[in-house]
Amino acid sequence: MSSPRPTTPVPAPRGGFGRGLALLMVFGGLGLGTWLDRAPATGAPGAGGDGPAIRLEERAAAAGLAFDHAISGLHPLVDHIRDRILAVGAGVSVVDVDRDGWLDLYVTNTAFGAPNALFVNRGDGTFVDRAADLGLADLNREGSGLCMGSIWGDYDGDGDEDAFVYRYGRTSLFRHEADGTFTEVTRAAGVERWINSNAACWIDYDRDGWLDLLVTAYFREEHDLWNLTTSNVMHDSAEFSANGGRNVLFRNRGDGTFEDATAAALPDTKRWTMAANAADLDGDGWIDLYLANDYGPEEVWINTELDDGARGFRLGDVGLGHDSKSGMCVAFGNLSNDGRLAIFVSNISSANWLFHGNSLRVNRLREIGQVLDGRGGRAVTDTGWSWGAAFGDLDNDGWQDLWVTNGFVSADPDRDYWYRMSQLSGGTGGLLADAANWPPFDGASQSGFERSRVLHSSAGRGFVEVGEQAGALSTHDGRAVVLVDRENRGVLDAVVANQRGPLEYFRNASPGAADRAWIQFDLVGRAPNTSAIGARVELDFAGGTQVQVVEGSSGFSAQAARRLHFGLGEQGEPVGATVYWPDGSTQRLTGLDIRVRHRIEQTGRAASSQ
Amino acid sequence: MTTNTPWWKQPKWLITVLITLLLVTGQMQFGILRTLWVLPAAVGTAVVTEFALSWLVRGRGGSVQSAYISGTSTVILIKSPELWPYAVCAMIAVASKYALTYRGRHLWNPTNFSISALLLVTSVPILSIQMGNSPWIVALVWAVGLLIVTRAGVLHVTLTYLLAFSGFAVLRAGLTGVPIATELAPLTGAMYQFFAFFMITDPPTTVASRRGRIGVVIVIAAVECGIRLLADHPELRPLLAAPPIFALAIVGPIAKWAELRRAAPRTAGPAPVAGTSGA
Repeated sequence: MSSPRPTTPVPAPRGGFGRGLALLMVFGGLGLGTWLDRAPATGAPGAGGDGPAIRLEERAAAAGLAFDHAISGLHPLVDHIRDRILAVGAGVSVVDVDRDGWLDLYVTNTAFGAPNALFVNRGDGTFVDRAADLGLADLNREGSGLCMGSIWGDYDGDGDEDAFVYRYGRTSLFRHEADGTFTEVTRAAGVERWINSNAACWIDYDRDGWLDLLVTAYFREEHDLWNLTTSNVMHDSAEFSANGGRNVLFRNRGDGTFEDATAAALPDTKRWTMAANAADLDGDGWIDLYLANDYGPEEVWINTELDDGARGFRLGDVGLGHDSKSGMCVAFGNLSNDGRLAIFVSNISSANWLFHGNSLRVNRLREIGQVLDGRGGRAVTDTGWSWGAAFGDLDNDGWQDLWVTNGFVSADPDRDYWYRMSQLSGGTGGLLADAANWPPFDGASQSGFERSRVLHSSAGRGFVEVGEQAGALSTHDGRAVVLVDRENRGVLDAVVANQRGPLEYFRNASPGAADRAWIQFDLVGRAPNTSAIGARVELDFAGGTQVQVVEGSSGFSAQAARRLHFGLGEQGEPVGATVYWPDGSTQRLTGLDIRVRHRIEQTGRAASSQ
Repeated sequence: MTTNTPWWKQPKWLITVLITLLLVTGQMQFGILRTLWVLPAAVGTAVVTEFALSWLVRGRGGSVQSAYISGTSTVILIKSPELWPYAVCAMIAVASKYALTYRGRHLWNPTNFSISALLLVTSVPILSIQMGNSPWIVALVWAVGLLIVTRAGVLHVTLTYLLAFSGFAVLRAGLTGVPIATELAPLTGAMYQFFAFFMITDPPTTVASRRGRIGVVIVIAAVECGIRLLADHPELRPLLAAPPIFALAIVGPIAKWAELRRAAPRTAGPAPVAGTSGA
């Protein structure tokens, strides 16, 4: 195949030098590669530089947060890869279920007969599980599928928050009654479906004041994973799959019922959606959606007026189409305190096997119609097989930090499923889609025993991983994470739901965090959206402008508190904020005292508490 | 192939066209390049390295085409969010042609060597899912690849490898209980065909005789089978991430070295110099 070349006599010294240089390039190149490939620097407690250290103390047991997540088996056609299919379901959401000002936690389990838990905050540092008392425990029943997570919001406008539980299976909507209990109204409300879902999101997409409901889909809806007639249920491509389930949009009629608006209002895509989050991304006053898809690209669904004058979503061409990876979560936050939302989507990375890498993006839809890559560095992009994430100012220095959970399947540490998966991943779609071709997991691990990453913001110049030094040491397979001021002391703690593991509660003991400035907002929207879901707060302080949204879902299998917490660093003066309410109205607030939780009502009245 | 053969019929140009076609199609259809900067990083580094070393070693300019093939192969086979793996891999690939020689001939397929080495010492990923999983891409690669190897007179190498791989796949399925479709699945991936059509048939690093090539390819497939049977040893992660790459890296140079050593006493004049292959 090669063309013969005439040889030319070469002076020996130059030829020898050339060969020596070539050897240097080979082995020096390998050395250079080894050096460049080294792990990113991690922070150390008390080190000088960009700010105080973060210190965490795991106290779930002491706080009464005893909860162990479990999974069940599947139909024999797919049970051999149960560890993969049911590698999800450990969800945690924050709600003030009794409206006493102390934030509570709802946690989902994923095994038949295993109860979910509603940990009610007693206000004394402990919780009590009241799920059974209130009708929210026994939700993993044969025939209904298994729970994956929950979202909370006032869908009926009566002033308290109701619950929607999504499953690989039947959807469930629970109306919060006046006596504090919950009544299942799924069928009566018209939202009963079999959807194999990993995410749902409350969103008032038509700005009529009533919370609508987006339920995303993973496996196709015709598949009951416990009553299968085919093993052809998996994705047909490792990076470009479009044979997933159909996301569903339920429009709230305002009379306690919903109508299916999917066909009219949603793009006709069948991605394998893992997470969805909502915010006004293009600055036009209407709530948009950001979706993280497994085996495919992230998507932005732009809220738009349809031909018939109604509202709906179209798939935005915003620069994401070709970046096809394995998106797991959508977390909104601040990178530079410039008033723009940053978007973090977790992904998979594993040495030599795969580097999809987390996406840290900056929303520039308003300016240029694009979502751009941010600059997070390897500490941000490479956090293992990553799942949930949450932005929050853990040390109140005025810059949001980022908590990322990770770990896929932690079983036998001496056996690795990566090779088996790699055999199929490079093959054509038909092979991948048939579960019968997947080798059994058989107790092997895959990207297991990974430690969550706690990324401390270096004053907006980047992130440093500080988790190990801070005390986030466990190597459970983390899924959902929420950052919540559990003790109402102006400091964010962390709660992590682990797959097939214990619920973890990390009390934040970061030096100085309680002393630095902060401010919190409890927004109360005008009825019926008293949860104020979709409201955006832009807070101006000495360090710039921070933006946060009252979210209808958060991260992965999670929902953050409706209460918004802003760390303000060394701020000494009162601050100002602008609230952009979901109905399009705006409210400007000035002279807001710091180190205070402010209750802001859309009627214009404000009240504060410490 | 005589010097009067039109350039567009010469195998090296066919390789260049095919590899470019793979790259362009992959980028347009699947966005396989995270950033276009990987092209100057890899191809640019390869060209600079090639020219520098060729001038130093041979006293004349290098083969741009050869460097282009090395650089482009790197871009197709590696998927990293950073630029340095592309530049480093391309540099090592080209440099290996001049550094790792025996009797004036380089022993390793350049990209094969560099990727194997980088996998051993870094976490650079090579999982072969860059080109999507469409059977149409597979069919395209098959069609054009078969054309190339037929014109190049090495179809027997590719077919032998495919048959040997399939036979060993059946053996592995019998030994491990893994479905036969799973064991055969890698063959249906576009990246695996890149290996079967280009890397394993690279003339400067294959043995000369037809029988010898067939024998070596069967041994490569056997070694690959051996690596795959060690799937339950996660400490062998780099090898398990790219079994055919390492099998070729192990067997190919040994076979080439043995052939050159056996042929050495019959060589009348100076041995041909290194640096004419790419992928």
